Amino acid sequence: MSTVPLDERNSEGRNKARRKIWLAEVGWKYPLAVILIFYAVFPLLYVVSASLNPRGSLAGSSNMFSTFSASNFAALGETMYWTWFLNTLIVAGSAAVGAVLMGAAAAYAFSRFRFAGRRLSLTSLLIIQMFPQTIAFVAVFLLLLALGEVVPALGINSKLALIAVYLGGALGSNTFLMYGFFNTIPMEIDESAKMDGASHAQIFWRLIMPLVAPILAVVALLAFISAFGDFILAKIVLVSEDNWTLAVGMYQWVSNQLTSRWGLFAAGVVLAALPVLALFLSLQRYIVGGLTAGSVKG
Amino acid sequence: MTGESHSRRWGRMGGGFLVKLLLMGIVNAFGVSVILSAWQAQSWAILGVSVALLAIADWVYFSRRALPLKYLLPGLVFLAIFQVFTLAYTGYVAFTNYGTGHAGSMQQAVDAALIQAEKRLPDSPTYPLAVVRQGDEIGFAITDDGEVRVGTAEEPLSAVEDAAVGDGDVPTAVPGWEVIPRAQLLTDTTLQQLVTSLRVPVSDDAEEGSIRTREGSKGTIYSSSLEWDETGQTLTNTETGVVYSANDRGEFVGDDGSRLPTGWYVNIGADNFVRAVTDPSLAGPLLTVTLWTFVFAIASVVVSFAVGLAFALIYNDPRLRGRKVIRTLLILPYAFPAFMSALLWRGMLNAEFGVVNELFFFGSTIGWLSDPVLARLAVVFVNVWLSYPYWFLVSTGALQALPADTLEAATIDGAGRWRRFQAITLPLLLVATAPLAISSFAFSFNNFTIIYMLTEGGPAFPGNQARLGATDILISAIYKISGVSGGVADYGLASALSIVVFIVIGVISALAFRQTRKLEEYQ
Repeated sequence: MSTVPLDERNSEGRNKARRKIWLAEVGWKYPLAVILIFYAVFPLLYVVSASLNPRGSLAGSSNMFSTFSASNFAALGETMYWTWFLNTLIVAGSAAVGAVLMGAAAAYAFSRFRFAGRRLSLTSLLIIQMFPQTIAFVAVFLLLLALGEVVPALGINSKLALIAVYLGGALGSNTFLMYGFFNTIPMEIDESAKMDGASHAQIFWRLIMPLVAPILAVVALLAFISAFGDFILAKIVLVSEDNWTLAVGMYQWVSNQLTSRWGLFAAGVVLAALPVLALFLSLQRYIVGGLTAGSVKG
Repeated sequence: MTGESHSRRWGRMGGGFLVKLLLMGIVNAFGVSVILSAWQAQSWAILGVSVALLAIADWVYFSRRALPLKYLLPGLVFLAIFQVFTLAYTGYVAFTNYGTGHAGSMQQAVDAALIQAEKRLPDSPTYPLAVVRQGDEIGFAITDDGEVRVGTAEEPLSAVEDAAVGDGDVPTAVPGWEVIPRAQLLTDTTLQQLVTSLRVPVSDDAEEGSIRTREGSKGTIYSSSLEWDETGQTLTNTETGVVYSANDRGEFVGDDGSRLPTGWYVNIGADNFVRAVTDPSLAGPLLTVTLWTFVFAIASVVVSFAVGLAFALIYNDPRLRGRKVIRTLLILPYAFPAFMSALLWRGMLNAEFGVVNELFFFGSTIGWLSDPVLARLAVVFVNVWLSYPYWFLVSTGALQALPADTLEAATIDGAGRWRRFQAITLPLLLVATAPLAISSFAFSFNNFTIIYMLTEGGPAFPGNQARLGATDILISAIYKISGVSGGVADYGLASALSIVVFIVIGVISALAFRQTRKLEEYQ
């Protein structure tokens, strides 16, 4: 790589040239990194500073880290924030558990049993999962209106209904991810257990599920994050304020009174985003692997 | 290891079977209760579907056949109802005029028209009346020929036994109901409003009219000035003599040219699609929205891909110290919940108080989100900020998986850095990431959250009813047109536009499949 000119024989000159090359090849990346990291991280620093700013309004939030106070965090207790937080945990948590159980069961069936219509079902799933549920939100709304007339617990403004809607998308998006992983577990394990008298349910729950635990965690996390971040379906389904999720509630804060509730919003963001951030960073490798594998593989 | 020890280890199925029985018991209880209430609400479609689903579930879990279905059924049921059905139903609604003014069946429209035309007639019979309460619900109790009858807004009048009547035959005690004393009624103004606006139907048939009261002690039968002729499908106004007849657009049109406000939904063929391209107040904005949707999706993918790839090329360098730290800091925006980032940027880009203007533009008041061009730039900028880390991660992974020997061979053959990049690195990277780029495009195409959180689609185009704006993409335009969040609803048109999105996504996915295959062959 390095082509040190021949006339520079003394070591000082050689060092100088080496530093030059280092600067040209590697060194410049550090100052650039500072700029890029500033671009990436500035909004996050800003929201932390705004959450600590006792004035609590958007005006004046630009004096970053000038004052520190936990008043915004305390003031969250007087709002519906914690109710929304809990709702989000309930909805996204149930959606994640449901998605894992249904997806794993389906992947087990596709991976272990050979039955009529297996290929056809796999292909149909592949096609269906391309069309995200959110495009059909009008029909979801109308369906829940009709269901609510019969079963109020599954109608508009019910968290249970929203969970059910999210679960509708569970099979399509997760089965392939899991199917691939299930296929990597050798059939011989099942067969020897079967010889020993294990039933299919025992094989599924006691043998396979522990072996596929990593993919279960990834699917749970992906389902949780997607329910956590969903806005359009949650906004349509959840009408009354005490049923809202964080996405709906915090949108309402910012869209109605952007300037006056800024401190509250910032504090809410910090509290809700920190766990997600931590979880995401610790599982980063699996998530990216999951995203890649889940995209268009048959 | 003998066979015996194994069988002992696996044990009998006893526990599992009990759990199954318990779960199926819950499913059956729930199913039967849904079936019963569907029967009561006369929702035949829901009734039929739940009977079928319950039968299938019981068959699958109690028969020894259908083993795969035991594992597939739960997911399939949810998939069928909340995804497949809703997609199909969208297709159906797209060809109807379902929406405000056409929200129900013809019978519902007739009932609504009859109720709206209800009047107190000079010869209307009146009855002694008491206001009654059951929890939050209020109702009327009237005395008719010595018999006390009770009803609410939902439940028509029905006779109750063992009720007591006082002076002037006014009911004073009704079993199961709390009679509200007159004194309370006179002092509580909110209750008064509820009472004077309460309409208790006489029977299930809207033509029989309803009981209403003005002062809370006498109930009068209000009957409709319209008369419904079922065989001729006409409503006749008994006062003016105007005859309203049903037309094929789901409306009642009078012989004097007037129209009743309530209609029902009917199949109107491809009219919604035609309207989207010919109605002058819709076609222009929708065309702009469609073009912008493509621009937004393509720009988002291309720019974030380029940025992410550039970062990956620069920082995937083994000579660099602290690579891990740099990498972690650079992907932070991706780990941050997207809707929060969008809302956060909305505040940061605020023209008056936003930190972007104050810190980086010397306190100017640039309308990042209120100027059409700037708003579009801002939306793409924020979306790139949100999604470049994904491409950074993906590209880093792909770079590390590049065949080292190919690159080495190229170096030996005298290929320069640029030549190696464009002849080897880039093509191999594209093969690896093309499917992701296509699904990312489809995702951006429908990224409602970022648009709605950041700009709500605004700034709005002047003079269109749905308030479509410069940054609206198709899905947010559909949201506004549908009216699911209030305002004038047009489910038909919204669904028709959803179909357009379906087609676009379908075509892209089909292309994607073929393209992936081609790229792989090329490799």
